Amino acid sequence: MFTLDSDNDFGMELRAAVVEELQDLMKENSKIIALEADLGSASKWIDISKSTPKQFINVGISEANMVGVAAGLSLTGFTPFIHTFGPFATRRVLDQIYMSGAYSKNTINIYGSDPGFTAGHNGGTHTTWEDIAVLRSIPDVVICDAADAVQMKWIIKEFSMLKGIHYVRGNRKAVKNIYEDGSNFELGKGNLLREGEDYLIIATGQLVSEALEVSQLLLEKGITSDVIDMFTIKPLDRELILERVIGKKKIITIENHSIIGGLGSAVAEVIADNGIGISLQRIGVDSRFGQVGTPKYLQKEFGLTTEKILDQII
Amino acid sequence: MNKNELQKLEILATKIRIDTVESIKSIGAGHIGGSLSIIELLAVLYGSKMKYDSKNPSWDDRDRLVLSKGHAGVALYSTLAECGFFDKKELMTVNNGGTNLPSHPDRNKTLGIDATTGSLGQGTSIAAGIATGLKLEGKDNYVYLIVGDGELNEGQCWEAFQYIAHFKLNNCIVIIDENKKQLDGPSKDIINPFNIQEKMRAFGFETISVKGNDIEAISEGIDYCKSIEDKAVCIVLDTIKGQGIRYFEEMAGNHSVKFTDDNVNNETEKILREMKNSLKEWE
Repeated sequence: MFTLDSDNDFGMELRAAVVEELQDLMKENSKIIALEADLGSASKWIDISKSTPKQFINVGISEANMVGVAAGLSLTGFTPFIHTFGPFATRRVLDQIYMSGAYSKNTINIYGSDPGFTAGHNGGTHTTWEDIAVLRSIPDVVICDAADAVQMKWIIKEFSMLKGIHYVRGNRKAVKNIYEDGSNFELGKGNLLREGEDYLIIATGQLVSEALEVSQLLLEKGITSDVIDMFTIKPLDRELILERVIGKKKIITIENHSIIGGLGSAVAEVIADNGIGISLQRIGVDSRFGQVGTPKYLQKEFGLTTEKILDQII
Repeated sequence: MNKNELQKLEILATKIRIDTVESIKSIGAGHIGGSLSIIELLAVLYGSKMKYDSKNPSWDDRDRLVLSKGHAGVALYSTLAECGFFDKKELMTVNNGGTNLPSHPDRNKTLGIDATTGSLGQGTSIAAGIATGLKLEGKDNYVYLIVGDGELNEGQCWEAFQYIAHFKLNNCIVIIDENKKQLDGPSKDIINPFNIQEKMRAFGFETISVKGNDIEAISEGIDYCKSIEDKAVCIVLDTIKGQGIRYFEEMAGNHSVKFTDDNVNNETEKILREMKNSLKEWE
């Protein structure tokens, strides 16, 4: 069970949450190996090299090799976690994840950091609004978008206990906390955070925070809404969508990702497959490349701030 | 190597070669050139060097083999069948719908396959990871990595080689099958690999060149690699695409051969008869 955080203050940095959780897990489990592709200083995985040096490998700037080495470690009974920036962790190594990973039934846990507008000053070259889309078509891959630090820690721990390919995306920096410490989740199950009659809002990642604010602002206009944190995009919680869509006037999906192939597309498939005649508004990035700027500037530029989302809904 | 041991491996190589040709012929086409070039190597590995239990293919203490040039899968299947991993009759199902023997090795389908390969370059990193895992576990097993010279076009090979050399993974014996041809023609005309030995040395490997059809030389080469401490090791295997069967050696486009032409079929039958006769003479 989960409990909502009452303050919604910024939590710990998500990269720190990942590192802290991995360090705790590695103390108990010598089979967990953390691999970095020369971004250890950016991800703070360098700290793991100090706490458990025998369980840390820096492969250098070679992401394809990192995925293959992780696959080889899996074949010898280890549980590898790999990190690099989102675009390099997914679209750059798509075939490696497919063949050396998923098709071969190996275990690789992947943290793709700084998705979407959080790429910030790294710019359009480093922006990924395609990571979910490209991974979603590969069978058996679990895809998560962490809403906050509490959930990120839970996801890392959960991944460490499972076989297969698991991907989690998340800001390196701090985001607003949605959940209280100690909250528990279930992979493949969305979290109903707020209940209403009019709209069904389904959000993922750090935009869950904006979704809750949007829901509050809608309330001031007399519109009530469900808000679901769909932190697992694959497998998607189809049952929850079908259950909560009954009687709603429209569905709104909110994601820091392209509206092509991500959460919005996944939800569209559910309503189409089930013949549900209801309007769906997909809020995300509509087939645009990223650009450089502060994350705050980019979030606004790409229409993903609370105000911009509200403007699009009303 | 004594005479008996040599003859045992020559017989094994001939059997693998016959199986390879017959199974590819049974489906009408397949990757014959690059399969034939590694037959002696596979005979030495599975007939003498590798630690495995064909009745317990996932035995934890086995050595591993990663055929990164996955298109030579049929040669590996023939070897595994000859060494008791599965029934030889299965070889005649290669590439049929529903088979356990797909064109490229799949560890989840075939007993004895340690790594799924076929997207070129990726096996190099998988082998590097296996070698890392074996070292972390404190095991003294080896992983044998077979890479094609055409495959060296793939950048991932060089990423993996840097990694293997940096971490001094001398338990990963890198064997490059230099058969000098790739699908579209001679490698030097497609993307010239230049001097592979020099390249591997520059990458930090102890590198030797070994005649690819010489069973004794291959065996000695592997022993030499095992004697190297604290350094990555590489054998550049000097082979001929289609090795061991002159008709296929001389064929210009022998990457994948179609058995639709009368001439090809007649020649193949003749070759198979000859090989079977030499087996009889030995046995």
